[in-house]
Amino acid sequence: MEKNKLTTGKVAGIIANLVIVDVDGPVSQNEICYINLGGVRLMAEVIKVLGTKAYTQVFESTRGLKIGESVDFMGHMLEVTLGPGILSRNFDGLQNDLDKMEGTFLKRGEYTAPINVDQEWPFTPLAKAGDSVMAGDWLGEVKENWIGHKIMVPFKFEGKYTVKSVKAGGTYKASDTIAVLTDRDGREVNVSMVQKWPVKVPIKAYTDKPRPFRLMETGVRIIDTMNPIVEGGTGFVPGPFGSGKTVLQHALSKQAEADLIIVAACGERANEVVEIFTEFPELDDPRTGRKLMERTTIIANTSNMPVAAREASVYTAMTLGEYYRSMGLKVLLLADSTSRWAQALREMSNRMEELPGPDAFPMDLPAIISSFYARAGYVYLNNGSTGSITFIGTVSPAGGNLKEPVTESTKKAARCFFALSQQRADSKRYPAVDPIDSYSKYLEYPELQEYLAENISPEWLANVLETKNLLLRGKEAYEQINILGDDGVPIDYHLRYWKSEVIDFVILQQDAFDKIDASTPIERQKDMLGKVLEVCRTGFDFESFEEVNPYFKRVINVFKQMNYSLYQSGDFKKYEAELDAIIKERKAA
Amino acid sequence: METKAFQKIYTKVTQITKATCTLQASGIGYEEMATVNGRLAQVVKINGDNVTLQIFSGTEGIPTNAEVIFLGRPPVLKVGEELAGRFFNAYGQPIDGGPEVEGEEREIGGPSVNPVRRKQPSELIATGIAGIDLNNTLVTGQKIPFFADPDQPFNQVMAMVALRAKADKIILGGMGLTNDDYLYYKNVFDNAGALDRIISFVNTTENPPVERLLVPDMALTAAEYFAYDKKETVLVLLTDMTLYADALSIVSNRMDQIPSKDSMPGSLYSDLAKIYEKAVQFPEGGSITIIAVTTLSGGDITHAIPDNTGYITEGQLFLRRDSDIGKVIVDPFRSLSRLKQLVIGKQTRKDHPQVMNAAVRLYADASNAKTKLENGFDLTDYDVRTMNFAREYSNDLLAIDVNIDTTMMLDKAWELFGKHFSKAEVGIKQEFVDLYWPA
Ligand SMILES: Nc1ncnc2c1ncn2[C@@H]1O[C@H](COP(=O)(O)OP(=O)(O)OP(=O)(O)O)[C@@H](O)[C@H]1O
Ligand SMILES: [Mg+2]
Repeated sequence: MEKNKLTTGKVAGIIANLVIVDVDGPVSQNEICYINLGGVRLMAEVIKVLGTKAYTQVFESTRGLKIGESVDFMGHMLEVTLGPGILSRNFDGLQNDLDKMEGTFLKRGEYTAPINVDQEWPFTPLAKAGDSVMAGDWLGEVKENWIGHKIMVPFKFEGKYTVKSVKAGGTYKASDTIAVLTDRDGREVNVSMVQKWPVKVPIKAYTDKPRPFRLMETGVRIIDTMNPIVEGGTGFVPGPFGSGKTVLQHALSKQAEADLIIVAACGERANEVVEIFTEFPELDDPRTGRKLMERTTIIANTSNMPVAAREASVYTAMTLGEYYRSMGLKVLLLADSTSRWAQALREMSNRMEELPGPDAFPMDLPAIISSFYARAGYVYLNNGSTGSITFIGTVSPAGGNLKEPVTESTKKAARCFFALSQQRADSKRYPAVDPIDSYSKYLEYPELQEYLAENISPEWLANVLETKNLLLRGKEAYEQINILGDDGVPIDYHLRYWKSEVIDFVILQQDAFDKIDASTPIERQKDMLGKVLEVCRTGFDFESFEEVNPYFKRVINVFKQMNYSLYQSGDFKKYEAELDAIIKERKAA
Repeated sequence: METKAFQKIYTKVTQITKATCTLQASGIGYEEMATVNGRLAQVVKINGDNVTLQIFSGTEGIPTNAEVIFLGRPPVLKVGEELAGRFFNAYGQPIDGGPEVEGEEREIGGPSVNPVRRKQPSELIATGIAGIDLNNTLVTGQKIPFFADPDQPFNQVMAMVALRAKADKIILGGMGLTNDDYLYYKNVFDNAGALDRIISFVNTTENPPVERLLVPDMALTAAEYFAYDKKETVLVLLTDMTLYADALSIVSNRMDQIPSKDSMPGSLYSDLAKIYEKAVQFPEGGSITIIAVTTLSGGDITHAIPDNTGYITEGQLFLRRDSDIGKVIVDPFRSLSRLKQLVIGKQTRKDHPQVMNAAVRLYADASNAKTKLENGFDLTDYDVRTMNFAREYSNDLLAIDVNIDTTMMLDKAWELFGKHFSKAEVGIKQEFVDLYWPA
């Protein structure tokens, strides 16, 4: 801001999207610059400085660029624009509004305004003259879709300010001054509804970040029941290609109990983004009765879009999340796939001929990943309200092998591990989350345990742990049967195996494409787990192992019909009765 | 593109490596094309006055006083209706003895479609092959490769799919194609009377490998012309993408880049994605569907090439010889079409998704039973029935020589269910069982 003259430079070298610039003045790391290419301005970011040479990564194709072209430095890092009008938009990784771009094909150097500053919003003041405020404090509120969008003291403001005046309730443009603040030295500053913030710097406008403790319902049984995620928690979904990462993330984006969802499509398929913006405007959000799209914002940097902007896209998404969290909202941030972001880092680091770490990824990859995950969390804001960012990223390990740098670094940073297994995907046991390897560290948090006991039932945790144990015992029995043969083991082994199959088919497996089965509210999850455990705790009489398989197939079949039926509907009750009858047939006296 | 009044000729090459040469020149654009003693080359690096060119056909015999002429433009293809029915090399020059194509010059490897200007793919492509239509239904605008060992008949299957797909144009991008395979495609298309809808860009095993790098971009530039400008349904066949990736690794290796897994360049994912993401359904009607071939070595899909491909494409079709029936089948385990849920049960009969899943599940049970048998254990009655089912399922539905419509495939599957299993064992939603369980 204080720089009186902005630095300029000239292109001195080009290797793909790494452009070396000779500069005539000071530049800073991560500073943004624009490179001229025959009238088109290509945005780039400084990633290394050597003497008067600035190494920049260009967010666009450099085809046709020549030595000597002029470069203008902007004096700031990559920033996003924050204000009402972000929700429901489709942005690229640099927060350009994709819908505002002209033509079918993306044009280089076309940058569009992320929000319309001329749009008018009905404003309600929340602060009054004389209030002492600081960055992130709420000055007023506008209605954005159904969300009370807080207009805050800009995050860049340091220290205490006093409110001189706030506009009365009424309709104002986003760019209008809605409040005047005075700083300690009595200088007046105008505040509008719009502010900017550098994406790589966390927004810290909160007083405290406690351990998260509230369950975040997702409607996905293998998560909610078995490996719960919490408001403000972190999780990741590693899995080989085709194992169901994206389907799982889409399910979360549709069903999770969050106020708003930010989806960062990071280096993945364009058609998957198209799916969201084709379907979400049609789908209802059961929580608000409005369309799902109203709570969804998409950051799309698909695999064919510029690689450097891929890295920016996850930070852009996180910053938007932090902005809404500061309004006291529950944000769910999804990124698919964080491996593509890591690969973008790798491509650049290789081009700069840095010393490579494992698998040629940059040495500081673990640090980059962990500081990114650390930006999620549950916070107490200055005014005592709470807000959260729950972050779930996918990881695409090379060759499906989890012993690779991105998976290993993420495992240290994220608290939930939803490992997708190739084997389960191959046998169409969806969602292919491995029930044995996956975990939620939150299940060990006394804070969450207390919450579950109060909000679901006092026995809930014990039931979940029992279920996990039954799965493990089932797996062991299965291995024994495979080693010793069907008749080489006692019938009890078959029973144990088939009981774990009941859990697998009824609780773990869930059809993301069935209207009813796709989402299970926690009440129903509790009921179904109860019924399944009842079967598992029952003793059965069988003459020979050959009777076990067909019998449990029937049990599973009826259970599945229940999963496909409307909860507590006539059909549901009919199958429930049928199930009871089947259990009676074999129940040990 | 600016045109130059005169062309400057440079004759002082300062450095030569296996793939590149470097000289001093100014006013050169990045990725600009040049000729070096008549060989086509492209700018890959500029450092001050030093311009490094990658020579597609290699640097063998290039002298330090080679004549270097910069063409002032990136690689281009002339597009127009006249492309139809023609055969070209990797540079877009005719190899069929016909005249040069007149038309508008387009840069190849051009910009991406804005994702918000795409339409969700929605048109089913029927191939008659049940291993595809029943289990892995294809949709226009999809990108999907065949994963197959080199000895599998993927070129035959691909030609068959192409001809049955009812596309307005079929564009063949051949990379490292043997001359025999090239002629095979030509014959099949000729015999089907389809030559006037075919456009080919071919690099055969007789051409330098690095030239292959241009083939996908050439094919897709032509595809974009027909799909976007002319609103046609275009099917692009890319074979063999493994050889394309090999060429990438040759180049990056010769340019001393740090290799990542399997000595592939670290940018392999982005490089492949740029090609495959050209598959698109335009709202105005045209579409580009990409069917590719990725050859495997010994069925290993964890190798960097198939692995990165799988992460990009919308599924894969896995060909395998089923020794029980002595035929090549589309493997139901490793194969997947991710766009199938957009059409199955909607444009096909409602029971399609459930029937498909049930059959594959039972087939999986059979493979467990087979393992049991191989390990010397007794089979249960259920095991025996699954194995009988699997044999018939494989022969009547998975084999690539099956050619029936989807409703017949579903009926066949119900017939096999009824023959080998009880209703509970099949585990399909009751409403469909009531409708279709064979009497
Ligand atoms: N819960 C589910 N229910 C039914 N089918 C599923 C489910 N999850 C995944 N699938 C099937 O698996 C396919 C692949 O899933 P998805 O696209 O999510 O994989 P992915 O892990 O994201 O792969 P990639 O890494 O290549 O992006 C889907 O198209 C669908 O057919
Ligand atoms: Mg995915």
